[in-house]
Amino acid sequence: MPFSDGLSDLSNATLTWLVIIAGLSVVLYFARQPAHQAIMTFAHLLYRALRVAAAALMRGEEVLRQRNREVLLASGRDAAERMIEREFERIDGAVRRDLGTAPALHRKMNDTFTQIAEDYSQSADVPPSPPGWVEAVDAVARIPSNGDPVVTAILQGVHDTLIEERDKATTAYRDASRERHKRLQGIVPGLRSLMRLLGSLDKNIVNLTRRTEIIDRQIEEYEGILKQEDAAVRQLSSSSLIQFFVSAFVLAIAVGGAAINFHLIARPMSEMVGGNSLIGSVKTADVAALVIILVEISMGLFLMESLRITRLFPVIGALPDLMRQRMIWVTFGILFMLASVEAGLSYMREVLLQDELATTALLRGEAGAAFDNGFVWITTAAQMGMGFVLPFALVFVAIPLETFVQSLRTVLGILAMGLLRFSAAGLRVTAGAVRHGAMMIEAYDLLIFGPLWLDRQVRGHFGDRRRTDETQRIGAHRAEVPEPFRGEAPTIREMPS
Amino acid sequence: MRPFVKTILSAAALGALTLGLGGCGEPAPQGRGIYLLMDTSGTYTQELQKAEKLINAILARLDPGDSFAVARIDTGSFSERDIVAKMTFDNRPSTANQQKRRFRETIGKFVREVKPAGYTDITGGVLQAVEYLNEKNPGVKTVLIFSDLKEDLKKGYVRDIPLQLEGFDVVALNVTKLMSDNVDPREYMTRLEDWQRRVEDGGGEWRVLNDFDRLDRILLAAR
Repeated sequence: MPFSDGLSDLSNATLTWLVIIAGLSVVLYFARQPAHQAIMTFAHLLYRALRVAAAALMRGEEVLRQRNREVLLASGRDAAERMIEREFERIDGAVRRDLGTAPALHRKMNDTFTQIAEDYSQSADVPPSPPGWVEAVDAVARIPSNGDPVVTAILQGVHDTLIEERDKATTAYRDASRERHKRLQGIVPGLRSLMRLLGSLDKNIVNLTRRTEIIDRQIEEYEGILKQEDAAVRQLSSSSLIQFFVSAFVLAIAVGGAAINFHLIARPMSEMVGGNSLIGSVKTADVAALVIILVEISMGLFLMESLRITRLFPVIGALPDLMRQRMIWVTFGILFMLASVEAGLSYMREVLLQDELATTALLRGEAGAAFDNGFVWITTAAQMGMGFVLPFALVFVAIPLETFVQSLRTVLGILAMGLLRFSAAGLRVTAGAVRHGAMMIEAYDLLIFGPLWLDRQVRGHFGDRRRTDETQRIGAHRAEVPEPFRGEAPTIREMPS
Repeated sequence: MRPFVKTILSAAALGALTLGLGGCGEPAPQGRGIYLLMDTSGTYTQELQKAEKLINAILARLDPGDSFAVARIDTGSFSERDIVAKMTFDNRPSTANQQKRRFRETIGKFVREVKPAGYTDITGGVLQAVEYLNEKNPGVKTVLIFSDLKEDLKKGYVRDIPLQLEGFDVVALNVTKLMSDNVDPREYMTRLEDWQRRVEDGGGEWRVLNDFDRLDRILLAAR
C-alpha cells in the first residue's frame, strides 16, 4: 500500500473519531443538568453504602476484638493457673522435703542440746576434797618426837603417807581436769552441728519465702486476668507476640534439623523401597524418609503429651495415670526403635556412598582413588550419632509447636483486626471523597470541555457576567481545574441531596 | 526449590491427589532407556576406545531403574546377537552399582576382541534399538549412534524402510569425516542431512554431537 494512501486512511479514521467525540460531547453537554443530578444521587447512595460498610466493618472489628480479648484472657488464665499449680506443687515438694524432716531435726537438736548441757555440767571445775583422815594424821604428825626413835619412825611414816596421798590427790585432780577438758572439747562439734542444722533450716525457710513471693506475684497477675483489666490484656497480648516469634524461630531451627535428618535417611531408603519408583512426581524413597520423620515427630508429640509437658491433646492428658505411663513407655520404645533404624540407615548411607564413589572411579579409570581416605569412619560415626540423636531432639519440637499454635490464634486475631480497621478507614476515606460527587462531576465536565468553553464564550459575549460570577463563586472548590476546562458552575447547592 | 521442601509440598499435593483420584490409572513410564550403536566396520574400529570411555561415562550417569544396551553395527545389525550388553539396572543402588561393573567388564572385553565388520548396517541397528526400547518402555528413549554414518549394505539387504521414531531422541556421536569427505565436504553434509531427514520423518529428534562434554547435559536433561 502506498504511503499516501495509508496516511489518508489514518486521517479518515482520526476524523471519524473526532466527529464521534464531538457529537458525544454535544449530547453530553445537553444532558448535563440531569446527568449532574444523577451523579449526585449516585454519589450520595455510594456515600451511604460506604459508610454503612465501614460501620459494619468496625462492628466486626469490635466483635473480633472482644473475642480476641476473651481468648487471650482465657489462655492467660489457663497459663496462670498452670503456673500457680506448678508453683504450689514445687512448694509442696519443698515442704515435704525440707519441713517433713522437722520432727527428726527437732529431736536431733534436742539430743544435741542435752548432750551439750550434760557435757557442760560435767565440765564444771570441782577440786577434789582431801580425805577426812588427813587432819587426824596431821595432828599426829605434829606430836613432838622428843628424840624417841620409835616416835620419829612413826612420824616419818605418817609424813611419807601424807606425801603419797598428796601425790595421789594431785594425779586424781589432773585426771579430772583432763576429763573435763575432753568434755568441753566434745561440745564444739555439737555446737557446729547445731549451727549447721539451724543454717539448713534458715535456707529452707528463705527458699519457701521466695517461692511464696513468686506465688504472690502470680496470684496478683491472675487476679488481674480474672478482673479482665486492660493492663493484663496488654501484657498477655505482648507476651503472646513474643512467644509467637520465639516459637517460630525455634520451629524454623527444628525444620532445619528435620531437613538434615531427611537427607541422612532418604538415600539409603532407596535400598529398601527402590531407587526409581515414584509416587506422583516424588521418589518413593523420599516419601518414606519423610514419613519416618513425621512419625518420629508424632511420637514426640505423644510422649510430651503423656509426660504432661504439653497440652495439645486433652484426651491424652485426661488418661488414667497407669495408661499414661504405659503410653510413655510405648512412645519412647517406638522412638528408640526409629532412632536405631535411622542410625542403621545413616551407616548404610555411607556404605552406599563409598560403593558409588568406587564404581564411578572405576568407570572413569581411577580405580583405587576412592579408597585412599582413612578417616571415613569419623564421618560414618558422626552420621550414625546424628541419626540416633536427631529423632530424640525432634521430640522437643512439641513445646514450641504448642506455643506457636496458641500464640498464632492471638496473632491472627490482631492481624484480622488490623485488616478490618484499615478497610473501614479506607471505606470512610472513599465515602468522604465521593460524598458530594464533585470528582465525578468534574470528570463529566472534562468530557464536555469543548461545548462548555463555547458556552462560556457566548455568555461572555452577551454580557452575562453576573451569571458567570455566581457560577465561579459556587464552583470555588473547582479552582484547581484549568480555566479552559471550567464550564458552568455545577449546581450542587441547587440539587436535592 | 530445595528437595526437602519440594518433597513436603509434593507429598501434601500427592496426598490430596491420591484422595481425589483414588490412585487409579496406569502409572506413567519412568526411567531412561539408552541404546548405543557402535560402528565396528573397517577403520572405525580404531574409534572404539573412545566408545568404551563414552559407555563408562554413560554408566556413571545412569540411575537405578534405567535401561542401557550397547550393540555393534556390522553387516546385518537387525539382530539380538549384535547386542553386546544390555541391562536394566536394579532398583537398589548397591545392586545397580554391581551391574554397572559387570557391564563395564563386558564392554572392555568386547572392545579388546572385536573384529572389523565387512559392511555397515546402521538402519538395521536403529530398527533393533527401536524394538528394544519400545519393549522396555522407559520414560525417555535415546538412541546413540557412534559411527561415521556411512551406511554400506551387503547386496540383498533391504533397509529402505521408514523409521518409526516417535518419542525417540537420536544422537549421532563422533561422526568422523572420511577421506572422500575431505575431497568433497558435500558428501559429509549430505550424509548428515539424509539421516536427519529420515529420523525427523519418523517423528524423532535428531542431534549431532562431536563434543562428548555436551553428552552429560543431554543425559542430565533426559532425567
